[in-house]
Amino acid sequence: MKFILMMSAPKENWDSFAKWSKEDFERNAAFMRAFSQELRDSGTFVASEGLAWPNEARVVRARSDGEPITDGVFPESKEFLGGYWIIDVEGPEQAYRIAALVSAAPGSGGKPGNIPIEVRQVLSAFSDPGL
Amino acid sequence: MIDASIERLLREFTPQVLGTVVRRFRDFAAAEDAVQEALLAAATQWPDDGLPANPRAWLTQVALRRMTDRIRSESARRRREEDLLHRSEAAPEHLAPEPVGMEEDDTLVLLFMCCHSALTPASAIALTLRAVGGLTTAEIAKAFLVPEATMAQRISRAKQSIRDSGIPFQLPTAGERTERLRAVLHVLYLIFNEGYTSSGGAHLQRLELSSEAIRLTRLLRNLLPDDPEISGLLALMLLTDARRLARTTSEGDLIPLDRQDRALWDRRQIAEGVALVSAALRKGAVGIYQLQAAISAVHDEAARAEDTDWPQILALYDLLRRITDNPMVALNHAVAAAMVNGPANGLELLDALNADPRVANHHRFHAVRAHLLEMAGDAPAAARHYRAAAAKTASLPERNYLLIQAARLADSRN
Repeated sequence: MKFILMMSAPKENWDSFAKWSKEDFERNAAFMRAFSQELRDSGTFVASEGLAWPNEARVVRARSDGEPITDGVFPESKEFLGGYWIIDVEGPEQAYRIAALVSAAPGSGGKPGNIPIEVRQVLSAFSDPGL
Repeated sequence: MIDASIERLLREFTPQVLGTVVRRFRDFAAAEDAVQEALLAAATQWPDDGLPANPRAWLTQVALRRMTDRIRSESARRRREEDLLHRSEAAPEHLAPEPVGMEEDDTLVLLFMCCHSALTPASAIALTLRAVGGLTTAEIAKAFLVPEATMAQRISRAKQSIRDSGIPFQLPTAGERTERLRAVLHVLYLIFNEGYTSSGGAHLQRLELSSEAIRLTRLLRNLLPDDPEISGLLALMLLTDARRLARTTSEGDLIPLDRQDRALWDRRQIAEGVALVSAALRKGAVGIYQLQAAISAVHDEAARAEDTDWPQILALYDLLRRITDNPMVALNHAVAAAMVNGPANGLELLDALNADPRVANHHRFHAVRAHLLEMAGDAPAAARHYRAAAAKTASLPERNYLLIQAARLADSRN
């Protein structure tokens, strides 16, 4: 079954992320590359994308005439999606284990970031008959 | 695009050719790759050059040659003796003609290997479809909606697990046979369900999985015609698949059994399924697939939903419950009891399942409760449980169906 692992952080964390040392960045990038490779090697990888910095993020709604209304100055505490992975695994426990791996990605000073990862099952047309 | 008849032929020969190569070289992983290369060669050459006189021998020759090439290039790498090995002819014993009658056992051995319990269900499914079913990695990846590279990796890891577990290339011993056969049947059942429950609307391309499962189960039955559970599983697949056209709208929305247009059911498949399960049950070794097939047959034989012989279905579920503690069987048993004895009896049986953690959190538990509450006339509680079920299912068509049931009950009160 497929799950999406979503890594989000409040806007203020993105700003502190920008102040990491060179070693911090390199360590984190190497970790993420290895993590992604591990997903591919284990035959669980479906898709993954990283998203651009939230500075230019906009929330769009349709006006009554269908024209877009954009909203864009967000408080520091607002959460933004940084990236996601879609994986195909045997069950939720395996998805949680993989989410915990990426949650421990090294942050400032090389300490595990313990970033919260939202894990949600991806809907499919397949229904498990349970037998 | 390769011709459908060529494709059928290639898939039919896959396990036989693979069996021959594995038996000679004792290296399942490498043999499997060699056979895939031979299949690709055939798929590109046959449409232009025409069918060879003996297609199976052609495929076997090409696969064996790929194997010897591979061994040669590996030993060349290892020993740096390129000059010695270069241009030497293939070892003649590897290209000797095949003794007659071995290929049937080989196919069986392959099925037992691919469905070994050392593999996860997803790996066993992928490997069975490729090594026995002759599907390409790209086709399997497409059926499971994952990238081809991911499926390739899954298959290669499955082959690695087989190598690591040291399973010999031979039929299981009499002692292991029942357990190993159970694993094979389960994998075939999972392939069928993966195709069947998702065949509708935008997912039509997955339809092939259920017909592939039927084809492989037929193949298994031809190899072991006396096993009643194999016949039971084949019957169950045919009797279920017979309703395929009636079970969804053209947009892929689900239609429950009692509202299906029974004129769309495939009578030929039903007749075959009924004959298979009747013959199997007469042998006396009743099993879960035969009983489920028998239940399916009772549904399929009713001309209208209201003609369904529910007492017989309830009796069959009683038998099924004695041989399996599967909670989904207990759920279906409660539905049958409600149809025979009234919804209060069904709801009582459901209450007894509250404590079973395998059931209490499953969307089907709530869906069944909603259905029985609706039968009992408690529309508000039924709507609540339809919504609870909708929140738990991971299937989009099912979620739509459940939400529409809840909405229908809410509308009828206004």
